[in-house]
Amino acid sequence: MLKQISMFLENKAGRLARVCRVMAEEGINIRALSIADTADFGLVRLIVDNPELAEQKLSARGFMVSITEVVGVKVPDRPGGLGVALDVLDSAEVSVEYIYAFIGKSDDRAMVILRLDNNDKGVEALRKANLELLTPEEVYTI
Amino acid sequence: MIWNQSVECMDREAMEALQLHRLQDMVDRLYYNVPFYRKKLQEVGFMPGDVRHLSDLSKLPFTTKQDLRDNYPFGLFAVPMSEVVRVHASSGTTGKPTVVGYSRKDLDNWAEVTARCLYMANTDRQSVVQISYGYGLFTGGLGLHGGAERIGASVIPMSGGNTEKQLMLMEDFGVTLIGCTPSYILHLAEAREKAGLDRANFKLKYGVFGAEPWSERMRKEIEDQWQIKAYDIYGLSEVMGPGVANDCDAGCGLHVHEDHFYPEIINPDSGEVLAEGEKGELVFTTFTKEAFPLLRYRTRDISALHREPCACGRTLVRMEKITGRSDDMLIIRGVNVFPSQVESVLLEFGETAPHYQLIVERERNLDILTIEVEMAPEWFSDTITGLAGVERKIHSRLDSVLGISAVVKLMEPGSTPRFEGKSKRVIDKREI
Repeated sequence: MLKQISMFLENKAGRLARVCRVMAEEGINIRALSIADTADFGLVRLIVDNPELAEQKLSARGFMVSITEVVGVKVPDRPGGLGVALDVLDSAEVSVEYIYAFIGKSDDRAMVILRLDNNDKGVEALRKANLELLTPEEVYTI
Repeated sequence: MIWNQSVECMDREAMEALQLHRLQDMVDRLYYNVPFYRKKLQEVGFMPGDVRHLSDLSKLPFTTKQDLRDNYPFGLFAVPMSEVVRVHASSGTTGKPTVVGYSRKDLDNWAEVTARCLYMANTDRQSVVQISYGYGLFTGGLGLHGGAERIGASVIPMSGGNTEKQLMLMEDFGVTLIGCTPSYILHLAEAREKAGLDRANFKLKYGVFGAEPWSERMRKEIEDQWQIKAYDIYGLSEVMGPGVANDCDAGCGLHVHEDHFYPEIINPDSGEVLAEGEKGELVFTTFTKEAFPLLRYRTRDISALHREPCACGRTLVRMEKITGRSDDMLIIRGVNVFPSQVESVLLEFGETAPHYQLIVERERNLDILTIEVEMAPEWFSDTITGLAGVERKIHSRLDSVLGISAVVKLMEPGSTPRFEGKSKRVIDKREI
């Protein structure tokens, strides 16, 4: 399981830039990023090389931050590649709450981050289907 | 036009004699019929019979909104429920409303004073009167209704909302006078323009507007938009409802029906009675009310009184148009809203009340209340649906407690201003 930083941000100019500035000052590297938003607010989700440090530093600056466990999986980088993983989860009756792609590639595979309604069950199903999962070590040292 | 010449033009001496007589009777009734008032009067050493002059009133204790809450629902009624023929209520700060009761005689007096107000605003038997105040627990609709019927006008009990239908009936029924909030009549003007309806097809000549504060600037705007004469009607449920005072054509304040409702102006901090013409908090004593009499009720409205006779011929004391409040109450779309109500709702959602701010704006002549709430850690959700759910829950709870719909906005921690000591939770951007 990977640790993801989830943040609540008002939908206002300059907010995301401030987050990035904090990360830069602390020497934290962003590996993956996704934003979901409404007219008023947004949710920023980050995979970074040092999630504990990031949470601590962002909290200290007054941001609303929490750590969420997510699943990282490697899928074949070709049409239908992601579908295979999603079919596996569907068969195991695990729902995806959100999904986003990782920046960069590992050998010839794409990497995606998934938040599932049941992470443990999802991981087990993916493993059984011989899909390779991203390990924390792998993510933090890419 | 003067509805009740003998009272409205009574000379000062005769009026004061009538008031003294009524005050004595009222204090007797309070002492013998309402344990709460008996205790209060005993505390200041007052016995029935001790009222010898009208000025003795200033020695008597005040009644506050909190007293009404503490005696919820019927604790301050001075007659048995068998004598109460109607109950009205207004929204409360803690979810419990403020309850008022009326005897048959009270309803009769209410119709009388409201008839005086409407007559002052040129209502007669030929008038077609549309009442667009809410009917129900709110006193606005039924209160004005009683006065219009007393005069013998043709009354259309339209109630609030449903703007298109309001305009349709106004045009089709040849409505000559409308009663509603000042912001709503402006909203109707805008809707009329938008629908492409021709002003010339409306017979509207007069309007009585109240239940929320409004300025002379708004009066001019209403008069321009509708080419009508706009009158200010004042009242509050606790004292009676609409009909406590109204302005006449002379345009120098609102005549208070002081044979029923006795006004005083006090310093809100010291409680001391202020001289004629000085600005302070308006206080009312009801002389004739049977079911729910009030002794020196603090309205929190800011005004001043003038007693010199008016150009219209009336001798009734005049109060200046309300210019503000001595507490933090807001009136939004005619509904009383206290920031403390918002706080109590937010407390239901967490251990401690989060920082919040109320922003009131007027868009297209309708008041919009936005409540900015700082995100609390226990509400945090990692999904949009989760956060939207938090907003929705707060919204629906506020809706039922405040009685009006508010926009709820979740904010980042630290984004609303912090205050030392008394906080300023409200930003009122309405220019009224």
